[in-house]
Amino acid sequence: MSKTLIRGAQVLGGDVQDVLIDGETIAEVGTGLSAEGATVIEADGQILLPGLVDLHTHLREPGREDSETVLTGTRAAASGGFTAVFAMANTHPVADTAGVVEQVYRLGKESGYCDVQPIGAVTVGLEGKKLAELGAMHDSAAGVTVFSDDGKCVDDAVIMRRALEYVKAFGGVVAQHAQEPRLTEGAQMNEGVVSAELGLGGWPAVAEESIIARDVLLAEHVGSRVHICHLSTAGSVEIVRWAKSRGIDVTAEVTPHHLLLTDELVRSYNPVYKVNPPLRTEKDVLALREALADGTIDIVATDHAPHPHEDKDCEWAAAAMGMVGLETALSVVQQTMVETGLLDWAGVADRMSFAPARIGRATGHGRPVSAGEPANLTLVDPAYRGVVDPADFASRSRNTPYEGRELPGRVTHTFLRGRATVVDGKLA
Amino acid sequence: MMRHLISAADLTRDDAVQILDTAEEMARVADRPIKKLPTLRGRTICNLFFEDSTRTRISFEAAEKRLSADVINFAAKGSSVSKGESLKDTAQTLEAMGVDAVVIRHGASGAPFRLATSGWIDAPVINAGDGTHQHPTQALLDAFTMRRRLVGRDAGLGQDLAGKRITLVGDVLHSRVARSNVDLLHTLGAEVTLVAPPTLVPVGVETWPCEVSYDLDRVLPKSDAVMMLRVQRERMNAAFFPTEREYSRRYGLDGERMAKMPEHAIVMHPGPMVRGMEITAEVADSDRCTAVEQVANGVSVRMAVLYLLLGGNDSDSAVTHTRTEENK
Ligand SMILES: [Zn+2]
Repeated sequence: MSKTLIRGAQVLGGDVQDVLIDGETIAEVGTGLSAEGATVIEADGQILLPGLVDLHTHLREPGREDSETVLTGTRAAASGGFTAVFAMANTHPVADTAGVVEQVYRLGKESGYCDVQPIGAVTVGLEGKKLAELGAMHDSAAGVTVFSDDGKCVDDAVIMRRALEYVKAFGGVVAQHAQEPRLTEGAQMNEGVVSAELGLGGWPAVAEESIIARDVLLAEHVGSRVHICHLSTAGSVEIVRWAKSRGIDVTAEVTPHHLLLTDELVRSYNPVYKVNPPLRTEKDVLALREALADGTIDIVATDHAPHPHEDKDCEWAAAAMGMVGLETALSVVQQTMVETGLLDWAGVADRMSFAPARIGRATGHGRPVSAGEPANLTLVDPAYRGVVDPADFASRSRNTPYEGRELPGRVTHTFLRGRATVVDGKLA
Repeated sequence: MMRHLISAADLTRDDAVQILDTAEEMARVADRPIKKLPTLRGRTICNLFFEDSTRTRISFEAAEKRLSADVINFAAKGSSVSKGESLKDTAQTLEAMGVDAVVIRHGASGAPFRLATSGWIDAPVINAGDGTHQHPTQALLDAFTMRRRLVGRDAGLGQDLAGKRITLVGDVLHSRVARSNVDLLHTLGAEVTLVAPPTLVPVGVETWPCEVSYDLDRVLPKSDAVMMLRVQRERMNAAFFPTEREYSRRYGLDGERMAKMPEHAIVMHPGPMVRGMEITAEVADSDRCTAVEQVANGVSVRMAVLYLLLGGNDSDSAVTHTRTEENK
């Protein structure tokens, strides 16, 4: 069994400790641990986090292997410090049967870079009409607990209600892409000052907020839990805050890009900024950061959405929506949350590992850094500064909004059950 | 002058006045027996129309031909949006063919901006209307028409529209004409008021340099020019307003309403006019209505824009090579 000693890292940004990995588990945490028989990583000034967990990733396989595969996507995830990702169901075919989710699950196992937990579709073909076989997906080898029609909203109130009720039988959760479809017909960007000027179809905040309001009330009514994907507006924050104060079992996520970027960037008409939900205003960005800090928003999720070059190298209206995010997520969180003083590293560990693992019931992930726990770990050098160069990405796609931007921090090592997937910032 | 003409907002007051003054010179060509200048001889201009607009295309084509340019008309039928990459492909084809300027009409807002800034093509790009964004030469021809009527043909030279009160009526939300006019008229010193039902005013309009009113009758007595915007009938099905009748009762221009305007005030329309709903035949055919002049002025203004962007004759390199501010 191989041993690794991580020497002198700040565990969760707190005390400087040594962490000894033996085989698949953490053997010891303490000071002055013996390095005998172990590979030593000098981690002076680095932060040791539990392996990051992304509750919202698009891996594109099966069906769009030109954008991403489970292998390339999990390599990207490992580079970004993730040890588990939840793969969204909007593949081709849609992950709406036990067969498809098992296929994705198996591909994840084979990749070896990161655990892949498939998300099952709520409705057949993401069509919003008929419930998919949620129980069969849960009972399959993939053990699906999170269900989502992400990319589309489960807009039929009755279907949403039934899904929320149904998954209670096995502790599942419905993750809603909150987008009232009629209010967003022809939507190209956030509706507001910039859309008025640019003449691009508006995606109003209320289209998100009205669905969230409805869904928290439904969750309350049927006593189930609901998760809100990529919350993007200040108003959504208020609704979730209210729902939580009422005791409704709701959790919510925010993407790194919604913590940093605003709709002002759309003035470039560069489709790299085209994403759903759209980039919002400065006021929204600040509200989202506050909400992530105070726990109203539970987690950061990447909504990693790879697209091939030709789907973005065109006019705005023709471009695909989405951005890659796995490899830059932690840096963006460091810049927007840690360096602004809103969140400490223990908070980052909570929002990017403990909480997402808990919401998605990812056993073995989001565990404390202590003896006997699975050695899923991420080591970060927070002092690093670098300019984002998409050519360095492990993802098959390059549609990052951060090209040429300086971001702080760098994942130096990632361990998946004791095995290094990233060493000195490079994929192992 | 700038290198491309993408948005009326990119024009300074001096740029705009220079274009209007140059257009007056161009207008004189139209009064000659031979309506042609040798200015752009040997230059190739492509009219790249992804969206049908016979009026605008013919206007540009007439302007190009009066300046002796070689003209390629490229009508990309069907939606480029569904074809994805076709704008880039087409641009690169034109680049390979060595066109000297591209006049582009596109259904997607921002397509001309993208064409001008993405590195797909080097030639100057002139926006002939993009989605619901901008139509700068339309705004210039409107301003030209207003200056002639409200300031004077010769008296107007060198002048802007300072203090003139201009009212735009109708579907502001979907109108590139409204957006371009608000920008340009403000730059030229005019006071602009938009009048429309609230459903046809964009969310976010509060940052625009203009007033917004829902009450046409209150605004008319204070207007030097009233520009009627096109209202497409299909808007009715999307519940922007209850019925055609109600729309014309509240926002249509008939003789009775026109009588509330000051005597010198003009009625404008970018055409084609939907008679009955937005404007009555009585108003459309009155000598206060400038719709026909606007068409003629369109050619002069487009000649001026092409002349200034393409540098006219070879000695005029100061114009050709001033590439200071490519875009905002
Ligand atoms: Zn989504």
